[in-house]
Amino acid sequence: MANETGIGAAVKRKEDARFITGTGRYTDDIGAHGQTYAVFARSPHARAKLNGLDASAALATEGVVAVFTGADLQADGIGDLPCGWTVHSKDGEPMVVPAHPPIAVDKVNYVGEPYAVVIGESLEAAKNGAEALEADFEELPAVVDLASAASADQIHENVPNNQTYDWELGDKAATDAAFAQAHHVSSLEIVNNRLIPNAIEPRAALGEYDAASGLYTLHTTSQNPHLERLVLAAFVQIAPEARLRVISPDVGGGFGSKIFVYAEETAVIWAAGKLRRPVKWRAERSESFLADAHGRDHVTKAELALAEDGTFLGLRVKTLANMGAYLSTFASSVPTYLYGTLMAGQYKTPAIYVEVQSLFTNTAPVDAYRGAGRPEATYVVERIVETAAREMGIDAAELRRRNFIAPSDFPYETPVALTYDTGDYEASLAKALEHADYAGFGARKAASEAAGKKRGIGFSCYIEACGLAPSQVAISLGAGVGLFEVGEVRVDVTGSVTVVTGSHSHGQSHETTFAQIISEKLGVPFENVTVLHGDTGRSDYALGTYGSRSLAVGGSALIKAIDKIIAKGKKIAAHMLEAQEEQVDFADGTFTVADSNQSLTFPEVAFAAYVPANYPLEELEPGLSEKAFYDPPNFTYPAGAHICEVEIDPATGVVDITSFVAVDDFGHIVNPMIVEGQVHGGLAQGIGQALLEHGVYDETGQLVSGSYMDYTMPRADDLPSFTVDTTVTPCTHNPLGVKGCGEAGAIGSTAAVMNAVTNALGVASVPMPATPETVWRAAQA
Amino acid sequence: MYQFNYHRPASLDEAASLMAGADDGTYLSGGMTLIPTLKQRLAAPSDVIDLGGIGALSGITDNGNTISVGAMTRHAEVAASNAIPALADLAGQIGDAHVRNRGTIGGSIANSDPAADYPAAVVALDSTIHTTERSIAGGDFFQGLFETALDEGEIITSVEFTKPTSAAYAKFPNPASRYAVVGVFVARCGDATCVGVTGAGPCAFRWSELEAELAKSFSASAVANAALDHSEFNADIHASAEFRGNLVRVMAERAVASLT
Amino acid sequence: MEISITVNGRSEALDVPDNALLADVLRERLGLTGTHVGCDTSQCGACVVHMDGAAVKSCTVLAGQANGAEVTTIEGIGNPDNLHPMQAAFRENHALQCGFCTPGMIMSAIDLVQKADGQLDEGDVRDGLEGNLCRCTGYHNIVKAVLAAQDDMKSA
Ligand SMILES: Cc1cc2nc3c(=O)[nH]c(=O)nc-3n(C[C@H](O)[C@H](O)[C@H](O)COP(=O)(O)OP(=O)(O)OC[C@H]3O[C@@H](n4cnc5c(N)ncnc54)[C@H](O)[C@@H]3O)c2cc1C
Ligand code: FES
Ligand code: FES
Repeated sequence: MANETGIGAAVKRKEDARFITGTGRYTDDIGAHGQTYAVFARSPHARAKLNGLDASAALATEGVVAVFTGADLQADGIGDLPCGWTVHSKDGEPMVVPAHPPIAVDKVNYVGEPYAVVIGESLEAAKNGAEALEADFEELPAVVDLASAASADQIHENVPNNQTYDWELGDKAATDAAFAQAHHVSSLEIVNNRLIPNAIEPRAALGEYDAASGLYTLHTTSQNPHLERLVLAAFVQIAPEARLRVISPDVGGGFGSKIFVYAEETAVIWAAGKLRRPVKWRAERSESFLADAHGRDHVTKAELALAEDGTFLGLRVKTLANMGAYLSTFASSVPTYLYGTLMAGQYKTPAIYVEVQSLFTNTAPVDAYRGAGRPEATYVVERIVETAAREMGIDAAELRRRNFIAPSDFPYETPVALTYDTGDYEASLAKALEHADYAGFGARKAASEAAGKKRGIGFSCYIEACGLAPSQVAISLGAGVGLFEVGEVRVDVTGSVTVVTGSHSHGQSHETTFAQIISEKLGVPFENVTVLHGDTGRSDYALGTYGSRSLAVGGSALIKAIDKIIAKGKKIAAHMLEAQEEQVDFADGTFTVADSNQSLTFPEVAFAAYVPANYPLEELEPGLSEKAFYDPPNFTYPAGAHICEVEIDPATGVVDITSFVAVDDFGHIVNPMIVEGQVHGGLAQGIGQALLEHGVYDETGQLVSGSYMDYTMPRADDLPSFTVDTTVTPCTHNPLGVKGCGEAGAIGSTAAVMNAVTNALGVASVPMPATPETVWRAAQA
Repeated sequence: MYQFNYHRPASLDEAASLMAGADDGTYLSGGMTLIPTLKQRLAAPSDVIDLGGIGALSGITDNGNTISVGAMTRHAEVAASNAIPALADLAGQIGDAHVRNRGTIGGSIANSDPAADYPAAVVALDSTIHTTERSIAGGDFFQGLFETALDEGEIITSVEFTKPTSAAYAKFPNPASRYAVVGVFVARCGDATCVGVTGAGPCAFRWSELEAELAKSFSASAVANAALDHSEFNADIHASAEFRGNLVRVMAERAVASLT
Repeated sequence: MEISITVNGRSEALDVPDNALLADVLRERLGLTGTHVGCDTSQCGACVVHMDGAAVKSCTVLAGQANGAEVTTIEGIGNPDNLHPMQAAFRENHALQCGFCTPGMIMSAIDLVQKADGQLDEGDVRDGLEGNLCRCTGYHNIVKAVLAAQDDMKSA
C-alpha cells in the first residue's frame, strides 16, 4: 500500500501553516517581562590598540543600565571563544590559535569587532549609551590583502607570519612524478570570492536568568543549540550545561552562519546573569554584514597533469585561505578536511597533492558557509578540468567521461583520504546533457552571435562529502566533538507520536520529513506526528544541522529509535496475542501473528504499554518511548552534474543565465518537493557567488560592501527558473539510503556558471564574481 | 533613530512656519531616503515636517504643452500616467514596487542623489521646478552632489515638464541597490535633441557633444562621434569611471535607437 | 503622539513616540509579529504590509504617516482554515523554507497581482518581486506560486 504521507511522497509541509499566516515564532518575536536591550559598541578600525575606554558619559545617559567591557567579562572568568577543530601543520605541529575574547580587551582586529556592550532600558537608550562611550584607539596598519598577509605586519603576538597552519594532504612525490610524465599540464590561478551569508533573519538572542533555580535560558538563532550550550558551558564558563538551556525557536535561515558561537549571545546570556534581568539583542543588518562569519575567500593555484588521451595523471593545488581576524568555531576545518579531501572530484586522478596555508587578516572571521570547503574544491577541480578540455581540444563532457570513477569501481578510495561508497556519475551527466539540449547548443550560439551576443555553456560535475560525520574519523583529524546524532520517538498513550530530534530545522523542513518517516515506518497518520527540535531542554545532547547531515545522520538515528519501538511493540503484541515474539510481524501500523488472523493495531499496543493490564511487566518496562544515537560509518557522497548556459551582452557585460540544469544523486529521497526546494536555494547561492556577491574590504580594512546597497543579493529577476532532476544510487551505509541535499546546489553551480562565462567569452579565466564590468573588460580583450 | 517632533501640516504655509520655528527641521515626503537615514542615525533633525497631509501637492495635471507633477506625487502614479511615456517608463524603473508606492518626485529631486533617475529627465526635458518661493529652470536646479538650488525652508510644490515630441530613457541599474549606475534620457523637442545623464557625475548633466551630433544625424551611430570625458566620472565597486563612460555611450545608443 | 489606525479591520488608538516606525508599532504594540524586519536600508521587503491599498515597507513608514490609514498585515488576510489564495499557493508550491521572508513576500505578491493589468507572466512576477529578498528558495517556487495564485485570486 503506497503511503501518501510516507517516504517518497511530495507531502505539503507541516511548518507552512504558521509561516504563511504570520504566526511563526522567531527569536525576535519573543520577549521577557522587564527585558533590557543590548547594543554592541563596534570597532570603527580594522586594527587598533584600545588604550582606554571611558564609560562615564555612557553610564550617565538616561536609561542606560550598564556598560560591560571585555575586561569585565574576563574578570568574571569568562573564557575565549574557541575553535573546535585542531588542524596540524606539515611539520606535525598543531595550529597556532590566537586569543579570542568575546569582547575585545586591549586591541581590536576587524571593523565591527565588539569592544563593549551597553545595556539599556530601551533600545534607544542603549544606542545613546553606546554613542557616548569614549574609546581611545591607537590605529595600526591593517593587514587586508590575503596574498601578502604572510609577510605583512604580525596581527597576533603568538602567531608568526599570520599563519595558523600550513597543511598538506596527499602524496607529493607521486604527484611530482605524475607531472614529470605529463603530455599536457593546465594551470589556473583563481580567487574564490568572499561571501557574506545574509540569512534574511538577522541573528538575535534573548538571555534570561532565574535566580531561584540558577538556571540560564538563552533563546537564540542557532543551527545547533547543544553545541552552543556546550561551548558556553565548557569553554566560555557561563554555567554548567545542566544549568544552561539553549532554545532555537523558528530560525530564519542559517547557511552555516548560525552554527558558530558568537560574542553577542555570549555577552547577552552572561549579562542576564549579572543583571538578573532579561537581556535582548537583535542584529541590525549592517551589524550582520560586519559581524556574522563570512564565507570562502581563497587564493589558489591549481595544476592538472594529463596524458595524451586526456587521462588525468595528477593534480596539484596550493591555496591561501583567509581566516579573518580570529579562528571562528569551525574555521580551521573548512579549507582543509572539507576542501582538500574533495580534490579527486568524480575522477580517477591517481596522484593528488594539496597544500593549504591559512592566514589571519584584519577582516571579519571566515567560517563555514553553505557547502563549506566543498564549493571551493569543486570550483578548483571543475574549472581546471574545463580549462584542460579547452586547451587539449577535447569536448568538456567527453573529457570528464574519460576520467569518471565508474560504477564498478566502488567502493573507491581516493588519494585524498576518502572512500566513496557509491555513485553513477555518467548517468547524471547524460541526463543533464539531455535536459540542457547540448546537441542544440551550436545553433543557439549562432543565433546569439547573429544578435550581437555571446553564448557559452559550462559544466560542473561535483561531488561532496556530507552527512557529517564518522565521529572517530573526525576526532582523529582534529575535531573537538563527536558527530553522531540523536533521535527519540515518544509514542503517546493513544498512539500519536512525538519525535524529538537533535537536528534543527531552519528551512530544511524536518517537521515534515521526519513525520513522513514515522508515518511510513509506524503507520501513524502524518497529522498525528509532531516533531520537536531546537531545545536543549527537550532533547539529548546532539550536534545540530549543517553539512547536509540532518536526514543522513539525524534521520538514521530516528530509524534506529523506530526499530526499537517496533521490537518492543512486537514483544508487547506477542504477549497480548499469546504468540511467540518471532511470529509477530509489523507492517502498515499493524502487529500480526504469522499464519493467523490475529492482529493488534499500533495504538492498541501503545495503549497497553501505558495501561499495562495485560502486559509482561516482569520482563518488560512499561511505556513506549525509545531513543537512539547514530554515528555514521562513513560520509555520504552526493554528486551530480550541473550545466549552465549563458548569453552575454558584450556592450554592458551583463550575463543572462538562459538555462540551468541540475541533475543530482542524493540517494533515496523522502520528499521530492522539499529536495527540489533545497536545490533551488543552493543554486541561487552558487549563482550569486559566480555573478553577484562579493564581500569587499578596502585597503584600510573598511567593509565596502556592508549593506544591500552594495552587496548584491540574488533577486528574483537575477535568476532563471531551474531544471532540476535526480538519479539514484542509494547510500550503502545508512538505513534510509540517503545522502543529503542541503548544500549540493551551492557546491556544484558556481563552477558551471564560470565555465559558461569563460566559454562564451573565449577566455581562460574571468575573476569572480563575473560582474558587468569584469565581463565587459574580458570581452574587450 | 534619534528623537524628533513629528508634524503633519495641512497647508504649505503651516509647513513653512513649522520649519521656521524649528531648530533644525526637515521636510518628509515619501520618506524612502529620509527614514533610512534617520534609522541609521545619520541625521538628527529636531523636527520632521511631513508634507503628506497637504493634498494640493499630489497629482498630475495635463496643461496641453506641459504637464505638472505635484511634488508629493508617488513614483507609482507617474509610472501609471501616459502624458509623457518616457517619464512614466523612468518612474517605473525606480527602485522596487514598494519604493515606488511611497517615494515622490519632490523628495527625489530635492535629494539630488547622483544615482537618482528623475534628474536625467529634469535636465533633458524643458522643465521648471516650482517652489513656495519661485520657479527654477530644470537646468539650473541640480548644483552638485546632494546639492540643489533650493534655499533653506523652500518647498518644491511641483515639477512642470514640457512634452517632448518623443523621448526615451535607458538605465543601467546598480545590481545591488537598483539605483542608476548610469541613466540616459534622450528627448526630441522639434528639431532639437536634449540628452540628460544621471549616475555618472556628481549630479545630472546634459551631454551637449552628443546633442550636437544628434542634431546632425539622429541615429545611434552618432553616439560614437560624440566626445565624452569620463576621467572625472563616479567610481565605486560596481563600476569604474571608465566603465561608466562606456555605459553612458551604450545607454545613449539604446535610447536613441528606440526612437529611430 | 496619538494616532488612530485601522489594522486588519480593527481600529486602534495608540500613543506612540514621534519617531516610532509602523513596523515597530505592529510588532511591539499590537503583537503582530508576522511582519518581520530583515534590514536597515529598506531593501529586503520582509516588513511589507498593505497601507491604504498599496504594498509598503513598514520599516520605512513613520507611525505618524500611517495615522488614519487602513493597514493589512499577513495576520489579516486569512487563517489556517480559510487561507487567502496566495497563502494557499505558497503552501501548495513549496514557496517557503525558513519562512522569514514569507509574510512580506505574500503581501507583495498579492499587491502585484491586484495591480496587474492583465495576466502576469514569469518575467513580470520576477520584476514585481524585486523588492523582496529570499535567501532560501532561489525564488523558483515563489514565482510558481504567484503565477498559480493569480488565477485563484481572479476566480475567488
Ligand atoms: C530600496 C530603495 C531603492 C531606491 N531606488 C531608487 C532608484 O532606483 N532610483 C531613484 O531615483 N531613487 C531610488 N530610491 C530613492 C527613492 O526614489 C526616494 O523616494 C527618493 O530619493 C526620495 O523621495 P522621497 O519622497 O522618499 O523623499 P524623502 O525621503 O521624504 O525626502 C528626501 C529629502 O528631500 C527633502 N524633501 C522631500 N520633499 C521635499 C519637497 N517637496 N521640497 C523640498 N524638499 C523636500 C527631504 O527633506 C529630504 O531631505 C530608492 C530608495 C530605496 C529605499
Ligand atoms: S525590513 Fe528590510 S525592507 Fe523593511
Ligand atoms: S524562505 Fe527563508 S528567506 Fe525566504
